Amino acid sequence: MTFATLPAAVDKYSEAYEAIAGTRSGSADWLSTVRRRAWQTFSELGIPVKRRGNELWKYTDLRPLADSVFEYGAVGSVALDEIKATAPWDDAWDTVVIVDGKFSADLSNLHGTFGLTAGSLGEATYSSAGDIEKQLTSLAGRERYAFTALNTAFLDDGAYIAIADNTKLPTPVHVVFVTSNLPASRATYPRLLVDAGSNISIVIIETHVNLANSAQLSLPVVEMFANSGATIRHYRVQMENEQSYHLGTTRVHQLDDSTFTSTTFAVGAAIARNDIHTQLDAPGANCTLHGLYMTSGKQQQDQEISTTHAKPHCTSNQFYKGILSGKSHAVFSGKVVVERDAQKSDATQKDLNLLLSRGAEIDAKPSLEIYADDVTAAHGATAGHVDRDTLFYLQSRGVDEETAKAILIRGFAEEMLDEFKPEALYEFVERVTDERIPVLLSESDALGTT
Amino acid sequence: MLEIKNLHASVLDIDDSEILKGIDLKVNKGEVHAIMGPNGSGKSTLANVLMGRFDYVVTDGDVLVNGESILALRPDQRAHLGMFLAFQYPAEIPGVRPWQFLKAALDSKAEANGEDKMTVRNFSKLFDEKVEAVGINPNLVKRSLNEGFSGGEKKRNEMLQLEVLQPTLAILDETDSGLDVDALRIVAEGVNSMRSPDRSFIVVTHYQRLLNYITPDVVHILIKGKIVKTGGPELALEVEKDGYKKHLSEVGSNA
Repeated sequence: MTFATLPAAVDKYSEAYEAIAGTRSGSADWLSTVRRRAWQTFSELGIPVKRRGNELWKYTDLRPLADSVFEYGAVGSVALDEIKATAPWDDAWDTVVIVDGKFSADLSNLHGTFGLTAGSLGEATYSSAGDIEKQLTSLAGRERYAFTALNTAFLDDGAYIAIADNTKLPTPVHVVFVTSNLPASRATYPRLLVDAGSNISIVIIETHVNLANSAQLSLPVVEMFANSGATIRHYRVQMENEQSYHLGTTRVHQLDDSTFTSTTFAVGAAIARNDIHTQLDAPGANCTLHGLYMTSGKQQQDQEISTTHAKPHCTSNQFYKGILSGKSHAVFSGKVVVERDAQKSDATQKDLNLLLSRGAEIDAKPSLEIYADDVTAAHGATAGHVDRDTLFYLQSRGVDEETAKAILIRGFAEEMLDEFKPEALYEFVERVTDERIPVLLSESDALGTT
Repeated sequence: MLEIKNLHASVLDIDDSEILKGIDLKVNKGEVHAIMGPNGSGKSTLANVLMGRFDYVVTDGDVLVNGESILALRPDQRAHLGMFLAFQYPAEIPGVRPWQFLKAALDSKAEANGEDKMTVRNFSKLFDEKVEAVGINPNLVKRSLNEGFSGGEKKRNEMLQLEVLQPTLAILDETDSGLDVDALRIVAEGVNSMRSPDRSFIVVTHYQRLLNYITPDVVHILIKGKIVKTGGPELALEVEKDGYKKHLSEVGSNA
């Protein structure tokens, strides 16, 4: 019984933490305090391996992660061509490249776009500490959550993006988090802070790629502030290798009449979680959280999606689609909280899944917690198979069963792929999907058809 | 072209579910045959069994196309032989564009027959021509296949596929159901324009009205899984006037 109360795996991270705790000169004093507090939190929580009675991890077994040891600190070298080969890329985009958690000036491609500050978070913390000190961890630090705490305990660098009031950026800003191909299993703590000024418009693409051939741990934390009238179009592309763990946290704070729209494309990692929360904190804010996940083999993909309507007249829309094959597992946990003051809220949640094999499993639990009385809300989740009538229709036109299934899977995905508007980004997700479909089909069985 | 011999078929995995109870039918090259019958007579089942739908099992008899049995062939293989089924209720397929789907269908056929695939350029040209010929709204075919199409638009889309795929044996399964007179005329014009000495049609219908526009060479009355009468176009008019009652009594209640 005493073992159960010890936080899991804290010892595996403590040595690395002690090593950096005293040596991080050059960063601001306040940051040392932030890190120390975060370490304290993590050391109390440990890796969440307890599942019973733990809603957040009920369907996800993190023991393989807790049992693994990950090194910290080494930064590998990466060639630009390797990034271009594995991540979406467009020379016209302002691109910030972070390798093993560290900003790379050489690999980044910044055009000095007017109104945009984009670059190293570490540099920003001591050169213009005012707002950053207030903002950094103010969203992700509110909750007692092991993975944001662990990220913050090692907070050192990452990407910082600020957009001056009234700026409409003509081209997307791309942040690429790269895990280099160093041989050791390592932990990285990608970090992104976005300060979107009033009445701005920005497209942010966040890509996670992994060049290593071994199990890696990536614990990204993204905090975004959408000021009044700001419009943020966010894309998240997760392409970890299939042995790795990726547990990402995104926290968005929205002021009046701001719009946050995000579409996720999640295909990588052995165990992956996309945990995103939007706080609609002033009237007229609206958010759209969409995504596509595809799983095969023994992969697990979680979508932990939540929105809080704190003020009236806000709109939220959650819509995810999953394609599962082999013995893979996905979780959609969608939550919307409408607080007492948040009258005239409008919230929808939807999760649609295509199961291609008997061994694939989806746990979908959309939930609404409504404390206001004048609210429009709807939710639903489905899990279906390839429809036999549809298959017959395609076959009767001369298309063989395998090709017909591929067409139907692609058709199912298309609605989400279509949301990836920047051309190079669409081409990327389209290519990855077309490469993935044969893998999904190779692990499908007759029971995937009804 | 097509020869059906003593065909018996049941619903898969359901005992005592025989629907087709010994059908004999011969369709020669270039002929248009109408199969008429009341609801539940098995006419839709016949259309689907000919195309190889999985839900049915053939328990006796044979179906020959150009002298070869097709019963062991998959639906796509039957399509490669030149067979085509226009559906009563075409499936809605989200995210799949008619263009993309028809290109895949033609590619599969070319591959199966050891021919070269059509280039995207040539296919586009062909597709655009056919879209115009069938009179489908060009914006419609840029959307998902059949999704949000009206009944008439779905049937027109079936005609578009017929035009692009150019089958040698086209089976129309109650293509007239749910159509207004204008749409009916368009479907009929599509069929009539494709009539040729090398192409045969089987038109399955409940009502005679489609046959006002498509004049069949032969009319069969199907009742309770059996063809009870075969005749010329005048047989359809007789059904129009007198209904199926007379024929129902011919097979008796226990047939």
